[in-house]
Amino acid sequence: MAVDTETVKRIAFLARLKIEEDKIEETKKEFNDILEWVEQLNEVNTDNVEPLESVNEFHLALRDDVVSEGNQRDDVLCNAPDAEYGYFVVPKVVE
Amino acid sequence: MTDFIIETPKGKWEIVCGLEIHCQIISESKIYSGASTEFGADPNEHVSFVDAGMPGMLPTLNKACVHQAVKTGIGLRAKINKYSNFARKNYFYADLPQGYQITQFKYPIVGEGEVLIDLPDGSVKSIGIERMHIEQDAGKSIHDIDPKKSFIDLNRAGVGLMEIVTKPDFRAPEEAGAFLKKLRSILRYLGTCDGNMDEGSMRCDVNVSVRPYGSDELRTRCEMKNVNSIKFVMQAIENEARRHVGVYENGGEVVQETRQFDPSTGQTKVMRKKEFAHDYRYFPEPDLAPLVLSDDYLEQVRKEIPELPDEKKERFVSKLGLTPYDAIVICENKETADFFEKAAKGHDAKKVANWLMGDFFAMLNEKKLDLKDSPVSAENLGKLVELVSQNVINGKTAKDVFALMAETGESPEKIVEEKGLRQVTDSSAIEKVIDEVLTSFPENVAAYKGGKQGLFGWFVGQVMKASKGKANPGIVNKLLREKLG
Repeated sequence: MAVDTETVKRIAFLARLKIEEDKIEETKKEFNDILEWVEQLNEVNTDNVEPLESVNEFHLALRDDVVSEGNQRDDVLCNAPDAEYGYFVVPKVVE
Repeated sequence: MTDFIIETPKGKWEIVCGLEIHCQIISESKIYSGASTEFGADPNEHVSFVDAGMPGMLPTLNKACVHQAVKTGIGLRAKINKYSNFARKNYFYADLPQGYQITQFKYPIVGEGEVLIDLPDGSVKSIGIERMHIEQDAGKSIHDIDPKKSFIDLNRAGVGLMEIVTKPDFRAPEEAGAFLKKLRSILRYLGTCDGNMDEGSMRCDVNVSVRPYGSDELRTRCEMKNVNSIKFVMQAIENEARRHVGVYENGGEVVQETRQFDPSTGQTKVMRKKEFAHDYRYFPEPDLAPLVLSDDYLEQVRKEIPELPDEKKERFVSKLGLTPYDAIVICENKETADFFEKAAKGHDAKKVANWLMGDFFAMLNEKKLDLKDSPVSAENLGKLVELVSQNVINGKTAKDVFALMAETGESPEKIVEEKGLRQVTDSSAIEKVIDEVLTSFPENVAAYKGGKQGLFGWFVGQVMKASKGKANPGIVNKLLREKLG
């Protein structure tokens, strides 16, 4: 599977990364090199093998249902470029 | 159920519809953090650094959310998957600070199940459940404070959700309505979600397509997001289906897209075309290991499941003699069913049901009261029915006593005694009243004997009136017939 220029642009958009026009060819080559390397795995027969979802052997530990955090609005908002009335403020987003 | 067919001069069409319902899990804290789920706090007060998407923060799964999901799965008569795991669903939006939602994708906690819905003609239909998974809710965006800015509150971000996906089994808008009612009822019985669509704790996405009536093909569907009442869901299904029929009959093709239902017009409009459809790039969540449940645990949860509406309805019909219709209405709401059982204990259950669904509900409606605030207690309603069964008062007096009970909250015995409403069952006393009536209206007696049988009811009325409504109507009837010959 080879990645084309359009796919590079689309992936960059989805990841909200700005890639300059003159870097697209280079990025495309990097993507394809990575994919090619990973595609070596295609040589392994995986018939009837479930995809590996996690390399950890342990199972999930669960947390008790207790309120232990919160009431820290100033800390939560302190990195926000803009905040008002206790809200994060962002450029208008209406779909 | 009679089929819902859209008929035009050009042909007959049927609806194929499936629902996806997001249900907020009832829990104290959020699904992946220890922040409170309390509704109505000041903005961003119930936010942990996990919820705010701060770098390096790790989610931890809330035990209670898993427990609620398993209970719900059992209530949906579904397969509970002992192995499930989490996935990242990536999308960029201001109320999702992490840039991804932690959800379940390939291995949901709950598999296939079914919900039985009661249709207006008395029939029952099974609606298939495809799956149910757990995930986090997003924050809330407010767009109407400032023309150029959106305001974001993350209090809701990270509250646990159960997403229930049905099979495309709905063939009529009413079926979807009946399903949502039944689902809400099951969730409330279980105590896993409060089911309030108007407050957004239960939200419904609707998928609709149409096909020529009788065919089994599946055509392109459109999705309508966040339709927020049962009535609107039904409207959205019907109107969207009619739109599809219009497109096909004019030689067009339906395009797969996300549409928005506008409650003010009842119509749908395009929100997002497929070419702009989200590319969620799901992948296994690296911060949470797979969730594995033991047989012992599932067995223990099964024991906690209360009697659910279907079983309760069945018992009310077979053991207490209610009609299926009465049983369905009474069982929809657990509080109503509990009130009924308390009232019916030791008394004639069928009559208690009649009172409950008649005068009692009418009284609550009129006074705009919730069941829990009723001035008439369950015990007193039962006693009132008993007084009628024991012939202490007649049906007519019972209505007056009930009105006084609703006004004062007193017990029916006390009202009957204080107001002297005990009915007269003493034949000689009633006979005396009848004789007085017959003597007062000799012309009518003559007319009756001359063939005007229709006057009988009038005599009954006169006797009841003369006894101030306290005479036992059965005895009045019997004695009058004897006297009038």
